Amino acid sequence: MPHAREAAATTRPPARHGPERPLPRKKRTTRSGLRRSVPWWFLLPALTLYLYVVLAPSLQGAGYAFTDWTGLGTPASFIGLENFRKSLGDPDARDALWQTLLVTVVITVVQNVIGLLLALGVNSRIRSRNVLRVLFFAPAVMTPVVTAYLWRYLYAPEGAFNTALETLGLGSLTQNWLGDPDLALWSVAAIVIWQFSGYSMVIFLAGLQGVPRELHEAAGVDGAGAFQRFWHITRPLLAPATTINLMLSMIGGFKLFDQVYVTTGGGPGHATETLSTLIYKNAFQFDEYAYSTALAVFLAVVVAVVSAGQYRGLQRQKGMP
Amino acid sequence: MRRYTARTALLESVMVLAGLVFAFPIYVLVNLSVRGADDASSPVAPTLSPTLANYAEAWRAAGLASALANSVAVTVLSALVIIIVSAMAAYPLARATGRWPRWAFLLFALGLLLPAQLGMIPLYQSMRDLGLLGSVWSLVLFYCGLQVPFSVFLYTGFLRAVPAEYEDAAAVDGCGPVRAFFSVVLPLLRPVTGTVAILNAIFIWNDFLTPLLYLSGSSQQTVPVAVFQFVGQYVADWQLVFAGLVISVVPILAAYFLMQKRIIRGFAGGLKG
Repeated sequence: MPHAREAAATTRPPARHGPERPLPRKKRTTRSGLRRSVPWWFLLPALTLYLYVVLAPSLQGAGYAFTDWTGLGTPASFIGLENFRKSLGDPDARDALWQTLLVTVVITVVQNVIGLLLALGVNSRIRSRNVLRVLFFAPAVMTPVVTAYLWRYLYAPEGAFNTALETLGLGSLTQNWLGDPDLALWSVAAIVIWQFSGYSMVIFLAGLQGVPRELHEAAGVDGAGAFQRFWHITRPLLAPATTINLMLSMIGGFKLFDQVYVTTGGGPGHATETLSTLIYKNAFQFDEYAYSTALAVFLAVVVAVVSAGQYRGLQRQKGMP
Repeated sequence: MRRYTARTALLESVMVLAGLVFAFPIYVLVNLSVRGADDASSPVAPTLSPTLANYAEAWRAAGLASALANSVAVTVLSALVIIIVSAMAAYPLARATGRWPRWAFLLFALGLLLPAQLGMIPLYQSMRDLGLLGSVWSLVLFYCGLQVPFSVFLYTGFLRAVPAEYEDAAAVDGCGPVRAFFSVVLPLLRPVTGTVAILNAIFIWNDFLTPLLYLSGSSQQTVPVAVFQFVGQYVADWQLVFAGLVISVVPILAAYFLMQKRIIRGFAGGLKG
């Protein structure tokens, strides 16, 4: 099995002694007693780039959130929590936050359920498993702008979905997918789910490869059904993959921008507005710089809380025997 | 080894059906892109007299040649810089003794939590003050800084699990730390370098918002921005638009199909940290 060995070699460092043994603490000196000298200045290029592009602007942005700056050259003055107070009373912001939460929950749940089912399906004995695995993952590498345009056409009133429904004799199910305010958000969510279910599948598959077949066979001998075997054997062993998948799809959901911007621009009305599109509009279309950074601080807090919670969950799992 | 039973056959047909559902959007994309303007049949029906005329027209009208060149340049250059600076940073983070490497690592990890929107506007202004707006260099600079935390994270996690004996042996033989890094550590990092390269390259190639901001109003474009403007111009001419969309995803899909094992592994393995 050359491929399997190669696969193991790439996700795991070479020359590691035994897969499960905890690594020895870092040694301060080498065996021969030499003090190892590590050039600390190796950090500098990465640190400089990181400071300039991420840290400094983020701090500055967080600072603007407490001012009334419009970005038009007028000096900013400190207004405390006014922008945050404004965002609480702003119906657009409230809608955007609610819709962002809603779409995130739906994407996270549906994408991972589909991803898990696909992973279980292609992890079986079926002959088409390799072709299907490549096919299911393909949308995940495609440019979101391109897939969003493709779907905008599929969703058009005379587009492929409605035509296909009519061809199948289901003309009564045709919809104005992106034009109906009650439906548009779910139509956008479907694009994301189609594109990234394969991504969830790939991570679940990596987890499934760590589930020993003997356990399944032993449980089968003991009379456990397929669902019982999944629930009591596979599911607990998939916990790390599940955590990573939940974290990725939640963060992706909170930051949802490309698909909304391209298909609906946040409309009809504000029906598909998300925090990211609202931040973009306030900053670059309405010249409400300070207000938009306050919304961005809000998004940062939401993302940080979710990631930190997930990260702790992951650490706990790693600590378990 | 279990045999191919009736239940396997049932599962196979369900999965193939799911595959067809997944492939449907891509089928429509390709099907319409090869269709002449006078063909008014259903978008679901196969095109009977395919033509490549739309491709020629879209290639010309969308200015995709220069956009592809820009995207390739930005992606390759950024990925190279990211790989070198992140691997370098990971070396002291994984090997140095004392307390500071831990704090420095946490500082980088903070970058994983900050959403890009927070610094978007101040960074835009500071790029403007440097005169970088409208130039692809602003993108290279941006991606390098943005992707450093994630890449450092992967490299450090990997390097911590690599025993230091190789470097120690090199040191005993009189090899300096800089040379030890480039001729001993960097080659050992090759598996994770593949993952870092793939994840970064795909992210950079596909990113839309950043070039939309930094290149707007200039003649420079990357592929997603070129597609965006092209669709804006020819919004009703879907056959033409779809040919443009196909051209713009062919490079990344070709790379994917050629290296699918490696790429799928990169996505699955890169996140184990």
